[in-house]
Amino acid sequence: MIERKHVDGEKKGEILIYALSTCGWCRKTKKHLEDLGIAYDYIDVDLLEGPESEEVMKTVRKFNEKGSFPTIVINGKHCVVGYNIDKVREILENEPD
Amino acid sequence: MSRIEGYIPTDDEIRTLLEKLDTEAEQSGYHLNPDREFVSFLMEGLLVNQKRFGYLSCPCRLASGDIEDDRDMICPCDYRDPDLDEFGACYCSLYVTEKVLRGEQKAGSIPERRPNREEREAVRKKKQAGPPEGVKVGLPYPVWRCKVCGYLAARDTPPEVCPICKASKERFERFM
Ligand code: SF4
Repeated sequence: MIERKHVDGEKKGEILIYALSTCGWCRKTKKHLEDLGIAYDYIDVDLLEGPESEEVMKTVRKFNEKGSFPTIVINGKHCVVGYNIDKVREILENEPD
Repeated sequence: MSRIEGYIPTDDEIRTLLEKLDTEAEQSGYHLNPDREFVSFLMEGLLVNQKRFGYLSCPCRLASGDIEDDRDMICPCDYRDPDLDEFGACYCSLYVTEKVLRGEQKAGSIPERRPNREEREAVRKKKQAGPPEGVKVGLPYPVWRCKVCGYLAARDTPPEVCPICKASKERFERFM
C-alpha cells in the first residue's frame, strides 16, 4: 500500500493530489487548499521507489493520460489537472454529501 | 521538498543557480518569472534533480533517470519556446515572456506539451542521427538545429554548447 500523506482541515470530500515534491504548481495546489482549511491527502510520486512509482503512475494515467502533475482526484472519480483550485471547489460543491 | 539522501540545497546554492540562469536568460532574450519566491522553489527542485540524476531535469515532470529519455526535459526543455509563444510561460513558469514580465499577461498552470513515453519512443526511432527524410541538398556542411531555441549551425558537428541558449551538444539534431 502506498503511503498517502494527510493534511488536516475541513473534510469536503476525498481529495488526493498526485504531486512531485519539486514542482511549483503542486506546491501551490497543496498550499492553497491548506490556506482554505480543506483536508486532503497527497502522494509525492518522485519520492517513491521505482516499482511503487510505476504502480502509482498507472493510476495517474487512468485519470490523466499525460501523467502530468499535479493530478487531483476527487472522490475517486473526478479529476483536475494542474493548479486549478476553482475547478476543485466547483466539483466539491456539486458533489452530493 | 524532497530530501534525497538528506540533501537540502543551501540558500547559497539556490542563489548561485538563480543568478546564473537569470544572467543567461537576459543575455539571450529570455526572462525568468519575477516571482522570486516561486522561482527559488524551482531552483531547489532543479538542484535536487541535479543531485538525483546528474542533470537539471525539469522540476515539474517525473524523470526516468535515463538521460536518453529525459534529455528533452533538461532545463531549458525542448518545450519552453512553444509554451512561451502559446501561453506566455514555460510549463513550470520558470521562464515568462516580456508581456508577462510587464504584467500585461497572466501566466498560469498550462497543459503538458511533452509527448508521452510511447510517442517519444516513436519519434526517436524515426529520427536517429541522419538528415530528415527527403533532404538531399548539396551543401558544403551539414546544418544542425538546437532543439531548445532553434539556433542553426552549418558545420561538421554541432557546437559544444549552443551559443544562444547554452544547451549542450546532445540537444542538437541534424536539420539539413
Ligand atoms: S524551461 Fe521550464 S518547463 Fe522547461 S524544464 Fe525548465 S523549468 Fe521545466
